[in-house]
Amino acid sequence: MPTPDATVIERRASIVEELRRIVPGEGVIVSEAERRVYESDGLTAYRQLPLVVVLPSTVEQVAGVLRFCKQMGVKVVPRGAGTSLSGGALPLADGVLLGMAKFNRVLEIDYDNRCAVVQPGVTNLAISKAVESAGFYYAPDPSSQIACTIGGNVAENSGGVHCLKYGLTTNNILGIEVVLMDGEVIRLGGKHLDAENYDLLGVMTGSEGLLGVVTEVTVRILPKPTTARALLVGFSKTEDAAGCVAAVIAAGIIPAGMEMMDRPAIHAAEAFVKVGYSLDVEALLIVELDGPPPEVDHLIGKVEGIARDHNASAIRASRDEAERLAFWSGRKAAFPAVGRISPDYYCMDGTIPRSRLAEVLSRMRVLSDHYRLGVANVFHAGDGNLHPLILYDANSPDQVERAEAFGADILRLCVEVGGVLTGEHGVGVEKRDLMGTMFDEFDLRHQQRLKCAFDPDGLLNPGKVFPQLHRCAELGRLHVHGGRLPFPDLPRF
Amino acid sequence: MSSLAPTDLGELRDAVGEALASGEPLELIAGGSKRGLGRPLQLPRSLDLSGITGIRDYQPSELVLTAAAATPIEEIETALAAAGQMLAFEPPDWGTLLGLPASAAHRRTLGGVLACNLSGPRRIKAGAARDYFLGFRGVSGRGEVFKAGGKVVKNVTGYDLCKLLAGSYGTLAAIEEVTIKVLPQPETACTILLCGLDAASAGQRLRQALASPNEVSGAVYIEDSSTLGLALVSALTGIAAVRLEGPFPSVISRREQLLAELASDCETNLLYDKASTAFWQAIRDVRPLAESEDRVIWRVSVAPSRGPELGEGIARSLDTKWYLDWAGGLIWVAIAGADDGGAAVVRAAIRGADGRGTGHATLIKGSPELRRSIAVFEPQPAPLASLAVRIKEAFDPRRILNPGRMVEGV
Repeated sequence: MPTPDATVIERRASIVEELRRIVPGEGVIVSEAERRVYESDGLTAYRQLPLVVVLPSTVEQVAGVLRFCKQMGVKVVPRGAGTSLSGGALPLADGVLLGMAKFNRVLEIDYDNRCAVVQPGVTNLAISKAVESAGFYYAPDPSSQIACTIGGNVAENSGGVHCLKYGLTTNNILGIEVVLMDGEVIRLGGKHLDAENYDLLGVMTGSEGLLGVVTEVTVRILPKPTTARALLVGFSKTEDAAGCVAAVIAAGIIPAGMEMMDRPAIHAAEAFVKVGYSLDVEALLIVELDGPPPEVDHLIGKVEGIARDHNASAIRASRDEAERLAFWSGRKAAFPAVGRISPDYYCMDGTIPRSRLAEVLSRMRVLSDHYRLGVANVFHAGDGNLHPLILYDANSPDQVERAEAFGADILRLCVEVGGVLTGEHGVGVEKRDLMGTMFDEFDLRHQQRLKCAFDPDGLLNPGKVFPQLHRCAELGRLHVHGGRLPFPDLPRF
Repeated sequence: MSSLAPTDLGELRDAVGEALASGEPLELIAGGSKRGLGRPLQLPRSLDLSGITGIRDYQPSELVLTAAAATPIEEIETALAAAGQMLAFEPPDWGTLLGLPASAAHRRTLGGVLACNLSGPRRIKAGAARDYFLGFRGVSGRGEVFKAGGKVVKNVTGYDLCKLLAGSYGTLAAIEEVTIKVLPQPETACTILLCGLDAASAGQRLRQALASPNEVSGAVYIEDSSTLGLALVSALTGIAAVRLEGPFPSVISRREQLLAELASDCETNLLYDKASTAFWQAIRDVRPLAESEDRVIWRVSVAPSRGPELGEGIARSLDTKWYLDWAGGLIWVAIAGADDGGAAVVRAAIRGADGRGTGHATLIKGSPELRRSIAVFEPQPAPLASLAVRIKEAFDPRRILNPGRMVEGV
C-alpha cells in the first residue's frame, strides 16, 4: 500500500474535529476498539486500522466529507458491507474509511417501469425481497447476496451463478447518483435506457471505488420466471464435462445457470450436506433451465440428450422444487464445505475460454503437487469463470506464502490461455501486482488517466487496482518532439 | 480532402501519430453509413479505417467473436448465422432513414455500431451494443496503442473502457480490433399484433406484457402499418406489437398467455418467422419515419410509462409523426416546420411539467446547419460537461480525433 502520510496522521485530532462538524452525532468513529470492526473485508489476510471511520447518512454529508478530505489531502476508502474478496475496502492508516451502511432505504419501487430506486447500503437480497410480492426480483445474485450491498455491487460489477443468462450488475442498473472527490454530485442515467453522452454509468460500474462514491442506485427488476428445473450430471472424465458444456451452448441453449465441481469439491460438499452427489465421478455439472414450463421441460430433455452423448455416467433431473434446491445445496455450500476439510482456503477468481478447461485443471494439479497444497474447483462453467479454492493453514507462514504463490500462478495460467485475472471478485489489493500480466504500461496508463479525470489528486481508494501510482501530471504529459512521431522506437504488433 | 488509410495496427498508430505531431485533426470514417450522425465535422483530413477488416477469431461455443474494427456487419452476421448465432442487440441500418447515397447507405461496420452504441428493438430484453462489447485494441489521441477488456464473456479486470468507448463517436480512440459476445439465434419467433388501440392503451399493454414472465423481446406501438412498407402485413391501425422468441413449445405457450392477458377486447393478428423477422427489421431500421424526407428526426429515451403522453404532447405543439419502441421507452419523432428542429419542445417535454423528468433526446437527422446550431446530444449539467472535457483531455489532449463530433470542444 502507499506509504502512510505521517503529516496526515499527526493531524488526526483536527481532522476528526472537522469530520464531526460535517457528520454530527455518532457518525464519526474514533476509538480503536470500534475501528477494529473495519480493519479488513472479505479478504481477511490483509488488515489495517483506518485513521478514522465516518458513517454519513445524507448525500450532503458525503459531499462535505469528500470536499474536506480533498482540501486537506486526506485519502478516502469507501465501504459497503465489507464483503469484497479482493480487499477492495481495505482501510488505510492515513485514510478516512467512509462507511455507507446508513444509506439503507428502498426509496421507490416503480413496477410500471420495472425498476427500483434504492440507497447504496441496501443489500442485494433485500431488493429482491422488496419486490418479491409483486412477482419480481433483481437478477444478479452474488453468493454473498444476503450481506453484500448494491453500492458494493456497483463498485465491483458483481455477478453470480445466473449471470450467463441475466448479466452482471452493469447490465442490470439504469442509473446512479455519485459524489465525486471534489464534492460535486452527479446523476448518471435514470429510469430510461442508454447514456446521453459518454457512458459514465458503465465506467463507474466495476471501478472499485476509485472514481466516486455512489449514493443512489436505480436497478432494473425482472418478472420472476414461472418455473426452474435443474439437471445433475456426473462425468468420469473432465474432458467430457467440458465438452458437454460447449455442446449445450453450441445447441443454442443459454441455461440460467451451469455450474461444475471437480472431484475434491464434490467430495467436500457431499460430506457436508449429504445430498446424494455421486462420489465416483471426476466432474459434476448442475444445469438449470428457467422459463415457462413447456420451455423448461423441452430444454431439460435436450440437455439430457447432449449429456448422454458426452458419456455422462449419471443424470438426474429435478422433479420438484425441493429436489432442485437439493441439487443446488451442495454447490452453494461448497465454500463452507471446503472450509471443513482445511483450516483455511484461498478463493481465486479467473476466467478462461471454456475450451481450455481440461488443460487448465490438469496444469493446476501439477501446480498443486509443486506447492504441496490441495485445491478444489468450483466453476461457473457457462461463462468460464473459475473459482479454485486453495487449501492451506493460515497459522503456518510458510503455507500462507505457498498459497499466495500458487494463487498467482493460477491467475497467470488463466491469462496465458487467453483468459483474465478476475471474472467477478475485482482486482483490489489482491491481484493488483498481477495487472502487468494482462495489461502493458500503455494499457494501464490509459486506465489511470481516466482515474485522473475523476480524481486528479488520487485520494479515492489509492493502492487498489493499479500496481504503480503515477502522478496525474506525469500521465497527462504528451510526448511529441519536433514533429516526430511519439515513441518512434516502440515495437509494432 | 486528403485521407490516411491504414491497413494494420502499426499504420494506424503512425497515422494518428502523424496527425498528433502536425496538430491536424482527423475525421474517423470506415463504411461512412453514420457520417451524418452527430455534429458536422469540416476537417481537411480523414482517417479511413475501412482497410482494417476481417474476422480474426470466432468460437461459437465460447460465444465470442474477435474482428478487425471495420469488418462489415453483413460479414459478421453471415458468419454468425452459419453457426446459428446472432448479434443479439440488433444493430440498426439507418441508411434509408438518413437518405444516404446507395454507395454508403448500408456499409455498417462493427466498430461503427459499437462506437455509436446503436441497438434495435431487442434492447429491452437483450441489452444494448455496449452490453456485448467485451474488449478492444486501438490508438488513442495520444498516438499510443492500448487495449482494454478481454476475450472472454465474464471479466472485471480494470476499468470497463469498452463502456467508455461505446457511444463516444470516435472522440477518444480509433479502434482497431474488437471482441464481442454473441448469442444463439432463437429457434422460433412469433409477433402478436393488437389492433385498434390508442397510444395510451397500447403503451399500457406493452408495459403489462413486459411485466409478465413471458420474456417479450420487442414491444412497439405504431399508428399505421402501411408506413412499414411491408407487403406481408395487411393495413392495420393503432398497433401494439409484441415479439416472442425461443423454442417452439415455449413461444406457443407464451403466445396463449399473452393473448389471454392482453387481447380480450381488441382484434389481433399473428406473424411468424419470416413475416415476424421482416416486421422487426422494419422497426429496427425506423421504416415508419423513413419516408419523412424533409423532416427532422429525433430519438428520445425516457421511462417507458411516459412515452405515449410525450409523443402526443409533442404532436400537439408541432407538426409531428411519431411511434414508440421499447414499450414506450424510446420515442421516434419526425418534426416539420420548426426553426430549431423542435429541440426546445422535445427537451422541455422530457423534463416535464415539474422539471424533474429524466431522459435524453438525440438529433438523428437534420441539415448540417441545424446540427451545428443546436445540441445534437442532450445538454449536460456543468459538472458532467466538465468531466467529459477532462476525459477527452485524458485520451485526446490535442483534439485530433473527431473533435466536436458530440459537443463543441470535446
